[in-house]
Amino acid sequence: MISHWLKPEIRQSSGYPILLLGGVALLVSMAIGIANLGTHADIAQRQLEDLQATLRQVVPAEYYDNDPVRDTVTVQEGDHSVRVYRARRKGQVQAVSFRTTAPGYGSTEMVMVIGVDRDGKLLGVRVISHGETPGLGDKIETSKSDWVLSFNGRSLGDPPPAGWAVKKDGGVFDQFTGATITPRAVVKAVKGGLEFFANHRAVLLDESSGGNDR
Amino acid sequence: MNDYRGIFADGLWHNNMVFAQMLALCPLMAVTSTATNGLGMGLATTAVLLASNTVVASLRNWIAPEVRIPVFVLLIASLVTLADMAINAWLHELYKVLGLFIPLIVVNCGVLGRAESFASKNPVPAAAADGLAMGLGLTLALVLIGACREILGSATLFSHASLLLGSSFTFLETTLIEDYHGFLLMLLPPGGFLVLGFLLAGKRVIERMTEQREVKEEFHCSVQ
Repeated sequence: MISHWLKPEIRQSSGYPILLLGGVALLVSMAIGIANLGTHADIAQRQLEDLQATLRQVVPAEYYDNDPVRDTVTVQEGDHSVRVYRARRKGQVQAVSFRTTAPGYGSTEMVMVIGVDRDGKLLGVRVISHGETPGLGDKIETSKSDWVLSFNGRSLGDPPPAGWAVKKDGGVFDQFTGATITPRAVVKAVKGGLEFFANHRAVLLDESSGGNDR
Repeated sequence: MNDYRGIFADGLWHNNMVFAQMLALCPLMAVTSTATNGLGMGLATTAVLLASNTVVASLRNWIAPEVRIPVFVLLIASLVTLADMAINAWLHELYKVLGLFIPLIVVNCGVLGRAESFASKNPVPAAAADGLAMGLGLTLALVLIGACREILGSATLFSHASLLLGSSFTFLETTLIEDYHGFLLMLLPPGGFLVLGFLLAGKRVIERMTEQREVKEEFHCSVQ
């Protein structure tokens, strides 16, 4: 038995528990450190692939020949900054995509990615994470319902500003049975995203100087 | 050999982590809205239980009783962290499904409970068997509760199982009633408590029935 290597005097000394706890802490920290060294490159690569996959969903592949994940611009909007991924073809920005958030039904935020082409037309909206009620508010996911695809092709002028609301509020977008707050928040956030694009259009399309951190 | 049968009978039925010890209820309520989620959480916890029981049992003669709880907590937390990093790096598809649940394994007091009550007092093979048995018992409970909530709540069974197990398991995904409007209560945490309550009552009934049968058989034998 390995334990017999330890002399009883050492085991019974008052410092033994401290040494043991410290030793175990040191060993597990080392194990975690080594594992981190071994995995962090792979994890970063997986997260990059996830991001690319998400961006592909909101900006169709024919819009770009560059890698939008590496062609970004950060724009200050109010008190937070928004990172915008630019999709270029032949050097010209054809579409941009960026994250936007909306307060959900509970206390959790909904995180969305939206893609907008250079004329301000929506190419796609996807909800990445949310804490909405399963079975009611989660119809914003593409796996549960096509609802979020109803934004495709819309822009700030289509429908006109008064129509940018759910039908219950006199707008053009469907709400779902039993859930009004979730779609209302999504509509508002998408409209906010389009307004953000309109406000910063020149910078986002790389047609003015400044704000470029490519 | 009989000893191992006892360990597995304990883990799966007599001393089941959920139905008898009433441990692990926090992750239980959080993840069992579908049977697939229950299965994923159960399997991940089984792996951690197996590893933590093995490590604790192999160090049991070194661990001073005064600091055993902090040592167990350290070991379990780091095993969960290692599992989290490994799954994220090398089984990323699985991580997207299970990612949220893996850190929850740390708060599963069942893992600490087995380290304290079994692994710290038994040799490595028995402790490993206990970890496996307890984990499988937990998986069984999670899948059972998840299945009940999923059937009642959204009339499907094992939805999205192919995301967890691979596309060859698509056949598990069944929709029982088309156009079912859903029974929301079952998908929310109260539904978890309700289903758990009914399943507990069911287990007690079965146990009482087997007990009565045993008593009758004994009586029968003694008369003869």
